[in-house]
Amino acid sequence: MQPVLEMKDITKTFPGVNALDNVNLTVMPAEIHAIVGENGAGKSTLMKVLSGVYSHGTYSGSIIFEGLERQFGSIADSENAGIAIIHQELALVPLLSIAENIFLGQEPARFGVINWFEAFERTVGLLKKVGLKEHPNTLVTNLGTGKQQLVEIAKALNKQVKLLILDEPTASLNETDSNALLALLEGLRAQGISAILISHKLNEVRKVADRITILRDGKTVDTINADGEMGEDRIIRAMVGRELTDRFPARNATIGEPVLEVKNWNVFHPIHGDRQVVRDVSLTARAGEVVGIAGLMGSGRTELAMSLFGHAYGQKISGEVRIKGKPADVTSIPKAMKAGLAYATEDRKTYGLVLIDHIKHNVTLANLEDVSNNAVIDDLKELGVANKYRKDLAIRCSSVFQLTVNLSGGNQQKVVLSKWLNAEPDVLILDEPTRGIDVGAKYEIYGIINRLAESGKAVVVISSEMPELLGITDRVYVMNEGRFVAEMPTKEASQEKIMRAIMRSWEN
Amino acid sequence: MTDSSAQGAIGGDIMRFVKSNIRDYALLLSLLAIMVFFQFSTNGTLFRPVNMTNIILQNSYIVIMSLGMLLIIVAGHIDLSVGSVSGFIGAMASVLMVSNKVDIYSSAVLCIALGAFIGGVQGYFVAYHKIPAFIVTLAGMLIFRGLALTVLGGASIGPFPPEFQLLSTGYIADPFNGAIGEKPFNILAILIGAIVTVAIVFFNFRHRQNQLSHGLAEEPNLIFMGRNILIAVAFLGFSLLMARYRGLPNVLVVMFALIALFVFLTTRTTFGRRVYAMGGNEKAAKLSGINTERLTFLIFVIMGGLAALAGLVFAARLNVATPKAGAGFELDVIAACFIGGAATTGGVGKVVGAVIGAFIMGVMNNGMSIMGIGIDYQQVIKGLVLLAAVIFDVYNKNKG
Repeated sequence: MQPVLEMKDITKTFPGVNALDNVNLTVMPAEIHAIVGENGAGKSTLMKVLSGVYSHGTYSGSIIFEGLERQFGSIADSENAGIAIIHQELALVPLLSIAENIFLGQEPARFGVINWFEAFERTVGLLKKVGLKEHPNTLVTNLGTGKQQLVEIAKALNKQVKLLILDEPTASLNETDSNALLALLEGLRAQGISAILISHKLNEVRKVADRITILRDGKTVDTINADGEMGEDRIIRAMVGRELTDRFPARNATIGEPVLEVKNWNVFHPIHGDRQVVRDVSLTARAGEVVGIAGLMGSGRTELAMSLFGHAYGQKISGEVRIKGKPADVTSIPKAMKAGLAYATEDRKTYGLVLIDHIKHNVTLANLEDVSNNAVIDDLKELGVANKYRKDLAIRCSSVFQLTVNLSGGNQQKVVLSKWLNAEPDVLILDEPTRGIDVGAKYEIYGIINRLAESGKAVVVISSEMPELLGITDRVYVMNEGRFVAEMPTKEASQEKIMRAIMRSWEN
Repeated sequence: MTDSSAQGAIGGDIMRFVKSNIRDYALLLSLLAIMVFFQFSTNGTLFRPVNMTNIILQNSYIVIMSLGMLLIIVAGHIDLSVGSVSGFIGAMASVLMVSNKVDIYSSAVLCIALGAFIGGVQGYFVAYHKIPAFIVTLAGMLIFRGLALTVLGGASIGPFPPEFQLLSTGYIADPFNGAIGEKPFNILAILIGAIVTVAIVFFNFRHRQNQLSHGLAEEPNLIFMGRNILIAVAFLGFSLLMARYRGLPNVLVVMFALIALFVFLTTRTTFGRRVYAMGGNEKAAKLSGINTERLTFLIFVIMGGLAALAGLVFAARLNVATPKAGAGFELDVIAACFIGGAATTGGVGKVVGAVIGAFIMGVMNNGMSIMGIGIDYQQVIKGLVLLAAVIFDVYNKNKG
C-alpha cells in the first residue's frame, strides 16, 4: 500500500542549531501515527515544515503527499492539498458562532453573498460527524476547550482533509473529553482519514496509535508498532536517551508541625454570585509535607488555590486561614505573600511570566525588596540571585539575560518556581506544575519539590495526572464539585480509590 | 591566520551587538542624519547658537510630557488629554497670576498640584474601574479644552509677571562674565557642560568596570569607547553652542534634571521595574504581588503633573494664556514615544528613546520651517516619519 505521506531526510537549521537532522516520517492511509519526544526534540518544527509554516526552500529534504512531491509555500498550500493542523492554542474566533467559524474563509457564497442556510445545514452534518451536540449558532466562546477542539476538527473535515495533525490535543482536556476525542480519531480512521498525533501522554498514545515515531534532539530514533512490543518505560528511555529507572525521585522528608491550616473555606463565582465554587473546604499542610489535591477539571481546585492566594479569584469568600499557627490575612495578594503564601499558576504563559522580559527580571519580580535599597535596585545583587537559581534549578539557557519567551516549557516552569522560591514563602501552592513538560524536566521539577519539602516548607500540589500525585505526595485530598470528598495518605491511595471517591460523591 | 580570525571574531562581536541593539543605533543615527541634512539644506542655520537654543526652547514642553507619556505607554495605556490639560493649566496660571495677582511660586505649586489631581482622577477611572485609558483621556481631552475656554472667557490673558517669564526665557547668568572679543561667551555653560560630560563618562566607566569584574560586559570595547566619545563630543559641542549665545536656558536645566530623574526611575528603581513588568504582562505582575491598580493610578498622577509643568513652560514662553494653547500637543508627545521605540502593546520603551524621538520631531519642525516648507507638507512628512519608525520596529521584531 502506498503511504499517504512520506517525509524524507528533512533537515532544518536555525542559526546555530540543527533543529531537524535527516528526519524521516511515513504515514499510511487510515493510520493514526503518534510522534513522541521531549520538548525541543523537533516535533513542532517537523509539523511546521509539513504544514508549510516553514516554506519550501527553507529546509532540505522532500515531502511526498499522496504520491506527489509537494512544495508548500504557506499553510494555505498544505490545506488545499488536504493537510490540516490543529494547534494547542486553538485558532477560533471566540465571538463568532460555530457555523461562522467552520466556514470562515470558505463561506458558501455567490457574488460574495453568503448562503447561511447551506452553511447551517452543512454545519449540522459536520457536528454530527464529530459528535458535538451544540446548535450551529452557539458562540464559540460559550464552549469548553474540549468542544472547541471538536469544532476545529469539524472545520478541518469541511475542507476535505486527508491528514489531520493534532498538537497535544488532550493537554487541557479532562478524561471524559480526552476519551471522546480519541474515539473520534478512531472513527475518522475508519473513514480513511489519517492522523498525526503529538502527545506527551504515552498511555493514550498507546491506546489509539497504530505506530509511534520517537524523536530525540532533532533525529528520528525509531518508528515502532504501538501494539505492545515496547513497554512504556522503553519508549521513555528512547525519548530521553538515558535510563529513567524511577520516574519519581525518592522522598525522605520529616513531617513537622502544621504550617497552613484552612478551615471552612467558601468561595462564590466572581460573576454569578449565587454559584458556590468552593464549599466548606478544610485543609492542613505540615512542614516538610507535600499535599496533593486530586480532582477532575472544573472541580474547583484552581479556584480554591487562587482564592486562598490573596482572594485572586471569587467573591463572598469566607473561612479561616492560619499560617504557622497564627491567623493570616489573605485578603490581597501582597498580604497573602507577606503571610507566607506563594502560588505558581497552571498557565505560566498567561499568568506566570513576563514573556518579553528576560530570566533575571522574572526571577526577582515577586521580591524586588530583597534586591533593592530604598527602592533602588542593586543590579549586581539581582544578578547574583538570578544566577543562583539558574544553577540550583538547572535552568538551561544561554544566560540569565535570555528572554523567557525563548525557553522551553520545562525551563519556563523553573523560572516561575525560582520567582516563588525567591519570595521565601512558607507554603507553596503549585498548580499543575508539570503541564506540557517533557519527562526529563518533570523528573527535575519533582526533585525541586522534594528539596523544598525537605527544607521545611509545606507544598500543596494540584495535578490532573494521578500517577504524578501518587508519586510525589505524602497525602492526597480528593476534590469534586467544590468539596473535599476524601482524604487519604498516599501510601494507601490508588487511582481507583481516588476515582471511586469522586464517583461516590456524585451519587450522594 | 590567528590574527585574522581573532579580528574576525571581534568584528563579529561588534556586528552581533549592533544587530541586537539595532533600534537604539538606528534612532541615534536618524537624529544625526536629520541634523546633518538640515545643516546643509538650511545653509548652516540649524547649528547656529541662536537656532539651537530655540530648538531647545520650542521643544522643552514636548520633551517634558514625553517622559510621563513613556511611562504610560510602557504600562500599556495612552493619554490623549495631555495637550488639553497643559492648555487648561496655562489658563489657570494666567487667572491666578495675572487676574488675581497670586504670587508666582504659590501659583506654580497650585497649578502642578492641580495637574497631578487631574491625572489622578483620570488614573482612578483607568486603574480602579478598568475603563480603557483611550476613552477616559479622550473625554479628558474634550473636558479640559472646554474648561480652558471657560476659565479664559474665550479670550487670551497676559502678560505674565516678568519673573514667571524667566522660566522659559531666562538663562543661567554667567558669574565669570566671559567674552570672546566683543561677543559674550558664557563660561559657566561650558563648565557645567564639562562637569556633566565628565560625570556621565565617569558613571559609564564605573558601570563598565563593574560589569567587567563580573564577566558581564556584553558591549564590545570599541563600541563602548565610541559611545562615550560621541557622548562627550555631543555634550561639549552642545554646551559650546549654548555658551556662544546666552548660556544655558533655565528650562534646559529643568528638562535635563527631569530626564536624568526619569532615566533613573525607569532603569534603577523597583517602581520602574514594576511598570515594565505590568506592561509586559499585567496578570503575571498582579499575581506576583504587584499592586497594579495603584501603579497605574500613580503614573497618571505623574503624567498630570508633567502636563501641568509643560503648560506653565508653554504659557511663560508665549507670555500669554490662550484658549488654543496645547492643542495637538498630545499627538507630538505620543509620536515622540513611538518614534523612540516604545511598543504599542506595552512593556517596551526607553526614556532616552522618547527624548530623542521628541528631538527628531523638533529638529524636523525647525529645519523645515527654516527651509520654508509649508505647514501642510510638514505634517505629511512628520506623519511619514512616524509610520516609518513603527514599520521599522515591526519589521525588526518579526525578523528577530
